[in-house]
Amino acid sequence: MIVEQTVRVISNEPDTDLYFRLVVRAPRIAPLVQPGQFAHLRIPPLELALLRRPFSIFQAQGDTFSVLYKTVGKGTEALSRMRAAEELSAIGPLGRGFTLPESGGETPLLVAGGYGMAALYLLARRSPRKGIVFVGGRRRADILCEAEFRALGWEVRVATEDGSAGEKGLVTQPLIAELKPGTGKRKLFACGPTPMLEAVAGIAAEFNVPAELSMDEQMCCGLGACLTCVLPIKTDAGWEYQRTCTEGPVFDSRRVLWGLPKP
Amino acid sequence: MNLSVAIGKLRMQNPVTVASGTFGYGVEYAQLLDLNQLGAVVVKGIRLHPVAGNPKPRTVEVTSGMLNAIGLQGPGVDGFIKKYWPFLKELRVPTIINIWGATIEEYGEVARRLDALEGVGALELNVSCPNIKEGGAQFGTDVTLLSRVVGACRQATTLPLITKMSPNVPSIRPYARAAEEAGSDALSITNSFPAMAIDIETRRPKLGNVTGGLTGPCIKPMALKLVWEAATAVRIPIIGMGGIQNAADAIEFMMAGATAVAVGTANFYEPQTALQVIAGIGDFMRRHGIGDVGEIVGSLRVPG
Repeated sequence: MIVEQTVRVISNEPDTDLYFRLVVRAPRIAPLVQPGQFAHLRIPPLELALLRRPFSIFQAQGDTFSVLYKTVGKGTEALSRMRAAEELSAIGPLGRGFTLPESGGETPLLVAGGYGMAALYLLARRSPRKGIVFVGGRRRADILCEAEFRALGWEVRVATEDGSAGEKGLVTQPLIAELKPGTGKRKLFACGPTPMLEAVAGIAAEFNVPAELSMDEQMCCGLGACLTCVLPIKTDAGWEYQRTCTEGPVFDSRRVLWGLPKP
Repeated sequence: MNLSVAIGKLRMQNPVTVASGTFGYGVEYAQLLDLNQLGAVVVKGIRLHPVAGNPKPRTVEVTSGMLNAIGLQGPGVDGFIKKYWPFLKELRVPTIINIWGATIEEYGEVARRLDALEGVGALELNVSCPNIKEGGAQFGTDVTLLSRVVGACRQATTLPLITKMSPNVPSIRPYARAAEEAGSDALSITNSFPAMAIDIETRRPKLGNVTGGLTGPCIKPMALKLVWEAATAVRIPIIGMGGIQNAADAIEFMMAGATAVAVGTANFYEPQTALQVIAGIGDFMRRHGIGDVGEIVGSLRVPG
């Protein structure tokens, strides 16, 4: 079910020096949220910028949900100026999220780049089986909610490009190191920038492990009507454009085409 | 108080519908609002065969509006009938199917196929999409071609025909008359305005298609003028659209001569807009002691 409701800001505080954490009271939306879904927010101070902004839902508990966001443009900058008790319109929960791991199933390996961590936290929280979180970013400030994952009893392996936290390099390095011994059944769940997701899809294919990817695409309506956020997805008959907001944002890595096939 | 209006032989319980391409096939919005409260549902444009659409990015936000160049991605007539018609035919309000083709023959063929479908409210002829290389706007910006497209569809169906006009003409009057004379039962005014945006850091166009169509509140004054001009040139009803966000916007279009209105881009950011417009028109009528919504239509007072 999809609901539109006016939500009230409970808090909207800086997280690391790059990110904010927005918590809203949304009694009709919060109980419906599945891991990997998103909310579409209308940010009132924007005025002449009309469109809603989509945010992965980081946490949903009781009658609240929260999002983690980086100020990247006028939408997120306006959002960062909102204060407790202010209201905004939210539509959610939207999209098809991750498949919840089963207690006797594959070991979940979560792979996150930057704020991709936000889309994976609820999955870790609700998964009956603990696994490993691989998180990467440019520098220490890009590594989000490491403590929260550890508090759930998950192992966290960090990689930063400048070496300021964890291993120096890309998040795919510790992931490959983990997969190489090839012991036991594993499944990947990834969220982050598109080049990282493409790399994860390649690694999943190489090690023959299933992977679910939460794709990051620009959106307009978020409801499946406008066809802005389409991605070329493999089908039995060839390929077709599917909507990141409706058929996704989570797709099976084997079905994602990373470019348009030649006509 | 009577809110119902007639678009040719199509009856609408109120004068508020949605603009093609901004409401998917209706089903996308069904969880957020009661579609049966609308005057009609207008679906995204379909042609005979499935269409993949344009490269991305397909939309970009601009000040008080947006650009789109979706490229009429769609399932084709058969796909539409199979995938969406079972849902739409159960609605208690009429469905208006927007159609297009690359040739005059294709327009006629699509109209013929949909004429055979039980329960269609009307066909809207898209002769004005700015984002399609073949077909699209070329039919809407040439009076002779426009007449032939409307004529071919008129021959193919007895369903009400609504021609969706291009704003990209020096004067809309001769085009409006040509559509009327060729058998169109109504006009939709307007489609989007050709436009573009550039990313100055990369020096690239912000749309994959380079250019697109501008919609949203920023086009409302221009759309309003087109409706007013066309209304002085034809006798057939006009469905006014272009940046409508509230009842006041809709009433402006009606005063300029529109019998009905369509909410477009606002569906993308405030899905309740159409229902709010319906309620707001009712409030306006009560405030002004208007018994029939038709009394608003064309009631503009031009001094002198």
